[in-house]
Amino acid sequence: MENRDLVIIGGGPAGLAAAIEAKKNGVEDILLIERDSHLGGVLQQCIHNGFGLHIFKEELTGPEYAERFINELKSMNIEVMLETMVIELTSQKKITAVSKKYGLIEIQARAVILAMGCRERTRGAINIPGTRPAGIFTAGTAQRYVNIEGFMPGKEIVILGSGDIGLIMARRLTLEGAHVKCVVEIMPYSNGLTRNIVQCLNDFDIPLLLSHTVINIHGKKRIEGVTIAKVDESLRPIPGTERYISCDTLLLSVGLIPENELSKMAGIKIDSVTGGPIVNQRMETTVEGIFACGNVCHVHDLVDFVTQEAQLAGKGAAQYLKSEKPSSQRMVKVDVGEGLRYVLPQIISPELMVSDKQNFFMRSIAPMSKARLMITSNNGVIKTQTLRFVKPSEMINIVLKKEELLEPNIEFLRFTLREEGDGYGDE
Amino acid sequence: MEMNKEVICIVCPRGCHIDVKLVDGKVANISGNVCQRGKTYAEAEVTNPKRVLTTTVSIIDNGNQKRLPVRTKEPIPKNLLMKAMKELKNVTVKPPVKMGDVVYKNIAGSGVDVIASKSWE
Repeated sequence: MENRDLVIIGGGPAGLAAAIEAKKNGVEDILLIERDSHLGGVLQQCIHNGFGLHIFKEELTGPEYAERFINELKSMNIEVMLETMVIELTSQKKITAVSKKYGLIEIQARAVILAMGCRERTRGAINIPGTRPAGIFTAGTAQRYVNIEGFMPGKEIVILGSGDIGLIMARRLTLEGAHVKCVVEIMPYSNGLTRNIVQCLNDFDIPLLLSHTVINIHGKKRIEGVTIAKVDESLRPIPGTERYISCDTLLLSVGLIPENELSKMAGIKIDSVTGGPIVNQRMETTVEGIFACGNVCHVHDLVDFVTQEAQLAGKGAAQYLKSEKPSSQRMVKVDVGEGLRYVLPQIISPELMVSDKQNFFMRSIAPMSKARLMITSNNGVIKTQTLRFVKPSEMINIVLKKEELLEPNIEFLRFTLREEGDGYGDE
Repeated sequence: MEMNKEVICIVCPRGCHIDVKLVDGKVANISGNVCQRGKTYAEAEVTNPKRVLTTTVSIIDNGNQKRLPVRTKEPIPKNLLMKAMKELKNVTVKPPVKMGDVVYKNIAGSGVDVIASKSWE
């Protein structure tokens, strides 16, 4: 059994930033474990640009964004194990991992940062009827085939779901010579960023069919086509609106699930809305000394926020390793009010904040052109802020100052988001 | 000749739908934008829209053909995207390559170089 101060599970953007930040904050003994053959995670296949607008103020591609962090990590001599898969994590922070190179490894860590990211929802998650032929891929799998392995998944393509990966792949496959027939979205609005609708669909005249879904899949060996239909307000197909579209490939871009098998094994409490661990002000889970950050906590739309969150987890782990006392200070519960789907972190101990500011990440339940975000406690209103063009697909980031949270008898924080009339009066 | 074109602005998340009126190919009127940045964006979109092209080229690694991610150093005119893809089809790079190295010069006659998005040892 090996002993380590800090083990980070996952070498994507979250794991990289967490490792670097922990080292900067005085943690010397760090081991980062990555199951793939390279660092950078999904960024290595996200060859499009638009990463880093918040952190670097420039538009980088995924590999470029990753390389900046990989270079920094290497310059700090942080130990990395590649092609090594963690298969067990206990609440006592004992880790079991396997790898071709190192065999079976057992490590006792003093602190752990979970940075395993997320995986894509598949056909099984959304129960599309029909046959089960080849040619149905998640958009991210197709992205890996095209951008890393150099294979095309097909030529005549239908995409279900207008999440960002689906939109990006619509453009990517078109550039590579495929015919993307349409993007089908069950909701009356797109789940992707506006810039992606414009630059990935409109640029190439790819139709986006809102309030439509795939209701049948045809073909025996290989997919031959899909039946799509319009849906009503309760998302049920409307009889009479069915339409057959021939295709040899169906891509699914229908959402992401945080990857929390290890977290559950360690007895960490999972938030049923985010699908990730419940975390406190320093990204610590309900198991003391185990931290989590990035898409393992909740699915992000921008990598910049993953990095920020991971830096907080890295600082938090360093703080924990210095004192290693349980957070016995009072715990303020974060309450999700109307208009919001979730707020992260879910618990705050104001006295133990790692800096004088606290980031709160949240998502709205519906698009609103103008909305008022209100943060209240048992003592009354702490902060209000007007937000414009709120969309469920674009995460809201609010910063509260430490002094705003240090009221003596604070018991809870409630976040609410209410729609307001638009000042422009033209909508 | 008069023509109307609609542009969805991507400068900020508001996403204004901007109407651009063209007379004989020249911008005569812009409406629907809330700010000046939207006007500038819409004008460029209608007269000379540009995009950064990101794609991959072949790279030889231990005898295996793999893909090296690349991008245009600057945005290129949108109507050159497919031509640029064609030119890059037969490009093969030999490592080592450093992020930012030029792998192809003056893509599609645009005057813009294509650079590696990733280092490869």
